[in-house]
Amino acid sequence: MSTTDATPVLELRSVSTHYGPIQVLRDVDVAIYPGEIVCLLGGNASGKTTTLKTILGYVKPSSGSVHLEGQRISGLPTTEVVERGISMVPENRRLFKRMTVRENLEIGAYLRSDRDAVEDDYERVFELFPRVKERLHQRAGTLSGGEQQMVAVGRALMARPSVLLMDEPSMGLAPVLVQQNFDIIQQINQAGTTVFVVEQNANMALSIADRGYVLQTGRIVLSDHSDALLSNPEMQRAYLGQID
Amino acid sequence: MSLTAAETTELLPAREVQLDRAVRVGLIGGLTAMFIVTSGMLETFDLRMIVDPILSLGYVTLMAAPFAVGYVAGKAPPVLEGYAAPSVGARNVQAGAIAGALTGAIYALYALIIHVLDFSSVFIKLTEQTKKIVTLDMGAGGVLILALVMAVSGAVGGAVHLLERRWKRAVLYSAFWVVMFGLLEVLVSQIAFVRRISAVKELLYGTDAGLTLIGAVIIGGLVFAAYYYLDGRVRAATRRAMALEGQQRRRFILISLGVAIVFLAVLPQILGPFLSEVLDLAGVFLLMALGLNIVVGFAGLLDLGYVAFFAVGAYTTAILTSPVSPKWSPELSFWTAIPFIILAAAAAGVMVGTPVLRLRGDYLAIVTLGFGEIARILFLSDALKPYFGGAQGMLLIPDIDIGPFTIDDSISFFYPIYAFVILFAYLSYALQDSRVGRAWMAMREDESVAEAMGVNIVAAKLWAFVIGAIFAAIGGALFAHKIGSVFPESFAILVSITVLVLIIVGGMGSVPGVTVGALALVALPELLREFAEFKFLFYGTLLIFMMLNRPEGFIPSRRRARELHLDEVEQDAWLAQAAEQDPAPAE
Repeated sequence: MSTTDATPVLELRSVSTHYGPIQVLRDVDVAIYPGEIVCLLGGNASGKTTTLKTILGYVKPSSGSVHLEGQRISGLPTTEVVERGISMVPENRRLFKRMTVRENLEIGAYLRSDRDAVEDDYERVFELFPRVKERLHQRAGTLSGGEQQMVAVGRALMARPSVLLMDEPSMGLAPVLVQQNFDIIQQINQAGTTVFVVEQNANMALSIADRGYVLQTGRIVLSDHSDALLSNPEMQRAYLGQID
Repeated sequence: MSLTAAETTELLPAREVQLDRAVRVGLIGGLTAMFIVTSGMLETFDLRMIVDPILSLGYVTLMAAPFAVGYVAGKAPPVLEGYAAPSVGARNVQAGAIAGALTGAIYALYALIIHVLDFSSVFIKLTEQTKKIVTLDMGAGGVLILALVMAVSGAVGGAVHLLERRWKRAVLYSAFWVVMFGLLEVLVSQIAFVRRISAVKELLYGTDAGLTLIGAVIIGGLVFAAYYYLDGRVRAATRRAMALEGQQRRRFILISLGVAIVFLAVLPQILGPFLSEVLDLAGVFLLMALGLNIVVGFAGLLDLGYVAFFAVGAYTTAILTSPVSPKWSPELSFWTAIPFIILAAAAAGVMVGTPVLRLRGDYLAIVTLGFGEIARILFLSDALKPYFGGAQGMLLIPDIDIGPFTIDDSISFFYPIYAFVILFAYLSYALQDSRVGRAWMAMREDESVAEAMGVNIVAAKLWAFVIGAIFAAIGGALFAHKIGSVFPESFAILVSITVLVLIIVGGMGSVPGVTVGALALVALPELLREFAEFKFLFYGTLLIFMMLNRPEGFIPSRRRARELHLDEVEQDAWLAQAAEQDPAPAE
């Protein structure tokens, strides 16, 4: 996959973000190209979640900018950022548990007015996840963990995003479900969606990602192709749990 | 439940009536009886006959306690999966009798103590009259009789469970309605039809408030027959009506709408001025309840200062229509004032909504509580007296004209008030299914995720406040025209609380629930004015009872019921999930 010539779908250009006087992100540069799976790795308090919040416009960068398909989106309100084509699968899925699966998907397409295309997207989601269609009128809270993950991803896909953000898809899940999650990510990526995964589980994330960035105390300390990162000795010591 | 032989063998033994529960509720019943005596309820209620001359409301209340605990004690525990259904029999009656007897024993002990010792300096309601009532004016012997009756009442409460469902409902409801009819003599005797044919009233009520014995038998018999006959049939008819399709369905809807409109058109004429007055007041509260239902029920924003918007509507119309409003009197008519009322309400909604945008839950409730009080104090203040009239309020708010008709009494006010009720109820339904309704729903569930899905939280919250404010303001304006004046003291915090209680008890988020709540909780206390001192006690008790037993309200919205009973279902989902995944915990 070419990573040099095309315009990035999503680009963070030396983004710094502060919470009051505390600087959380320091000159973060990230570029994600069409069709890629890119992961952002880092431990607790490394700034992963803040990166997502900055992209979505929950917080404004104090310097630097975020660009979606070449257009600056930093400074826009969240609603507009979502409207321009970014959607997110939040950590722990966070479905609207008391609403039906169908209503969850509807909220995913909340900002869209192109009804016909929305109908097509329902079909697309059902094709990816036939289970979702079976559960359509059930309350989301009654689904199993795996099914909930499908709905969470389906809900995000209903926005027809240019790039899908995934916040910690492995967080708090049993290994079987984590595997299932990463299969889902690969599946939607093969169906044409660009994915940006923020993850602590470096091994897992790198096994599906094309490229990875490593974030440490708000700074990008490493960035490379997944294979290279996997064999990087520094990386192995710090994140992959291998002791030599 | 029908089980095959094979299934039955696998069942665990039924969980039968619990006797320890009978003791527990019996103690509660005893405390309740003590409270009824000490609070003075007994004495006040005793003045009112339900069935003349044998039964006063005081004794009904006193006997309701052991009956209720007997009913609870005699109830079988819920059937769990894997357990056999419990059998009904002597155990139910026994449990009820134990609970009732315990209530009676505590009552008797207490009655004897207060009979002998004098606590009236501390509990001022323990008057000589109360003492007479607790002893049937017969000393210790009377106490014993009452305690025995209580035990029997408890046993009867337990025995109710022996009846087949159809009988049980018919019996309970006929008892309930006999008490209601006994209580609501005003309601029946004020109806124009009854007034004209005084024989009906005389037959049922004689000359006093309270049913005659014959009246009680007639009412009880009629209600019993009606429930016995209608059981199941109403539901079947509803189901048939819901199943209608196409042309037939449209015709059915049109006919029911027509019937409803004709009914509403003649209702105040039939009911007469006094009852229309009561309905008008309930209607004003209903307008507020529908508005608050949008803010709290749909959008999930707990607003405790809602009365402020009611006040804004009342004051706006007062300034614009009254010829004697202090500063400026354009003397508009109600109808031309409406757009300005809406504008003022919307502005107030934005004013309250904007600063609280970032607040949730408890914090929001506290801040809005403050806003409600600020509004009242502003209207009361001397500083703003040149505009709002201060404590003297504003007078001479004109009647409403509709074409050649003048709306000037309780019967005619019924029409504009309920026209707005119908309009707002319709708007509530429309909003619920609209885009903004979806946004509210998502926001209520998870605000930050809703935002991440592109829901504009700021707009959704402000819309909820603005629409809620408009509903309340129209209610306030109608209220002002109806009573012809506004005073800041009409807009006390208790109004906000009352409206909140209406929607909680009725069923939050449910338009029919809110309607029933307003009619029952506003109209009923109006009809029972003589017991007004116990109104908030009644509200409080009802609220606690509802929160514990039926938090979704009398007529819940389907969604709200789902939410409140979600835990059980989530438990199941969790089990399924646990089975699906590895037993090893994550990480």
